[in-house]
Amino acid sequence: MTAVLEVQNLSVAYRMQGGALQAVRDVSLSVARGEVLGIMGESGCGKSTLAAAMINLLPAGARVGQGAVRLNGTDILRLPPAAQRALRGKSVAMVFQDPMTAFNPVLTIGRQLADFVGAHDTGLAQPERLAAMLTRVGIPDARSCLGRYPHELSGGMRQRVAIAAALLMQPDVLIADEPTTALDVTMEAQIIHLFRDLRTSFDGAIVIVTHHLGVIAELCDRVAVMYAGQVVEEGAVDAIFHDPQHPYTRALLACDPAVVDPSSGRLPTIGGRLPDLSAPPRGCAFEPRCRVAAVSCREPVPRQRPSAGRSVLCHRGAE
Amino acid sequence: MLAYAIRRVGLSLLILVVVMTAMYGMVFLVPGDPASLALGPRATPELKEVLRERMGLDQPILAQIGIFFGNVLQGDLGTDVWSKRPVLDQILEVFPRTLLLGVVALGWALALGVLLGCAAVVWRDTVVDRMLGVLSVSVISVPSFVIAIYALILFAVWLNWLPAIGAGEAGDFASQARALILPAFALGLGWVGYLARLIRASMLEVMEAPHIRTARAFGMREGDIVFRHALRVAIVPTLSVLAVGFGGILSSAVFVESVFSRPGIGTLITAAVEKRNYPVVMGTVLFMTAFYLMIVTTADLLIARLDPRVRDVLRS
Repeated sequence: MTAVLEVQNLSVAYRMQGGALQAVRDVSLSVARGEVLGIMGESGCGKSTLAAAMINLLPAGARVGQGAVRLNGTDILRLPPAAQRALRGKSVAMVFQDPMTAFNPVLTIGRQLADFVGAHDTGLAQPERLAAMLTRVGIPDARSCLGRYPHELSGGMRQRVAIAAALLMQPDVLIADEPTTALDVTMEAQIIHLFRDLRTSFDGAIVIVTHHLGVIAELCDRVAVMYAGQVVEEGAVDAIFHDPQHPYTRALLACDPAVVDPSSGRLPTIGGRLPDLSAPPRGCAFEPRCRVAAVSCREPVPRQRPSAGRSVLCHRGAE
Repeated sequence: MLAYAIRRVGLSLLILVVVMTAMYGMVFLVPGDPASLALGPRATPELKEVLRERMGLDQPILAQIGIFFGNVLQGDLGTDVWSKRPVLDQILEVFPRTLLLGVVALGWALALGVLLGCAAVVWRDTVVDRMLGVLSVSVISVPSFVIAIYALILFAVWLNWLPAIGAGEAGDFASQARALILPAFALGLGWVGYLARLIRASMLEVMEAPHIRTARAFGMREGDIVFRHALRVAIVPTLSVLAVGFGGILSSAVFVESVFSRPGIGTLITAAVEKRNYPVVMGTVLFMTAFYLMIVTTADLLIARLDPRVRDVLRS
């Protein structure tokens, strides 16, 4: 399989008073056509920044330090702005976290979809086509939906519209940044179901960013676990879930809210907090919170590749 | 929506009644006798008494207010002390000119202000943005009558391109349009700067919104995003300012009309104040208050139409 989207040694930092917060540190990932890659991690681990960097639409103050984001072999970070714009929405599309605010409140759904498509090909912005795509993502009465305003739709419906918008141009890569986080449980199940249908009908690559283990288990082929801006473990979903090798992955999987610690009656947590990313540690970033840490963990960590497609960023990963 | 409209109109009427009562009270708080002022120093006591009776001044004050309200409700704003003509006729005669001046001034100011505000956002933090900022603040801080005087000296006296005074020949559209250019320019210039700053600020806030990021993520051009998506959101708060601003425009029109000796509400009320022609002053102020309230109410209803969220809140 050839990679359609390839992130290579990417670093992103936020400018702050008196320094820079290194949100993404030396991340390399790739995803192939027909594949679903999950990016998992707790809040603040840099996963949303990484997603934004994949279309080079970083928030104000964030800058790519080094690295490349290759879309079909072309580094989009080095393209002139107009060429980048031409790729957005057409070759790589994004679904955002909060469907409540992702749409313009004073324009109808139909007008917004038409504008998104029309930015690339005005010929494709016909109501029939837009309505057909809305029907495909499971919106009943799609024609009347085109005439509605965003606030007239439920959160789940809006997220369906957002997914429809992303699919309209048949992109090579679909990036979904926390697509179910802002939804209630029923809606979440429906959106997961929709994505599972997409796995068979959509022939591009899908990247799903989430902190939700269930979403990863349900949808993804491969998963990259992020901690403190780094990918600490990567591999096939089954392998990661059944045989986690990084202590952070193990701790994260143990934090399943379905499992309550019978002795204390509390939900499982990971003690401690994220390291200060304005001065990241030289050694393993998880070392202060790690149960199996040793003195050697304060030294720079080598990336180990125990098997094909598997990588672990840990001194003691194999133990 | 209908309930909202009725509520807004009802509130406006209430404000109008309060203003009318306050106005009536104010006339009687000001020292001096309207009758002796109207008749001048050489009037005999008998003449004054006759006039007082005719003006209803011999009645108790509450009865006077009642009569005043009754007359206003019948469309009678009183009679000019000097010319004996109904005040309402005089107002209606000159009001269209003031209205035209205000609309044209605010119209060109809005068109240019929105354009410059958007330009400042498209080229934000560049030389263009900073130059527009300096220019805007400069024109805001100069009063319209100062601009009027200098515009008159430059374009009418030195360059002799445009007429200096009057409203143009009756029935001659070109002449009236030429006479409108300088007053409308002087009246609107400050508003260009004000609206540009307002649109810019409102727009910058909107440009940070997630839905703008969505539009960018779908590859829309920055210009399209600003004009097609952000402006629709950013213009809503500007509209209510615009309505209140129209009241301000009409009061600035008083000065501009005086500078250009242009017939209108401004010249009418200045002349009336100079001659202590109270019925005209009161009638004019009342008329303008009513008009102003109408504009503000209309703007509120228009905002409800433009913003579908407000519309739905009102419907339920």
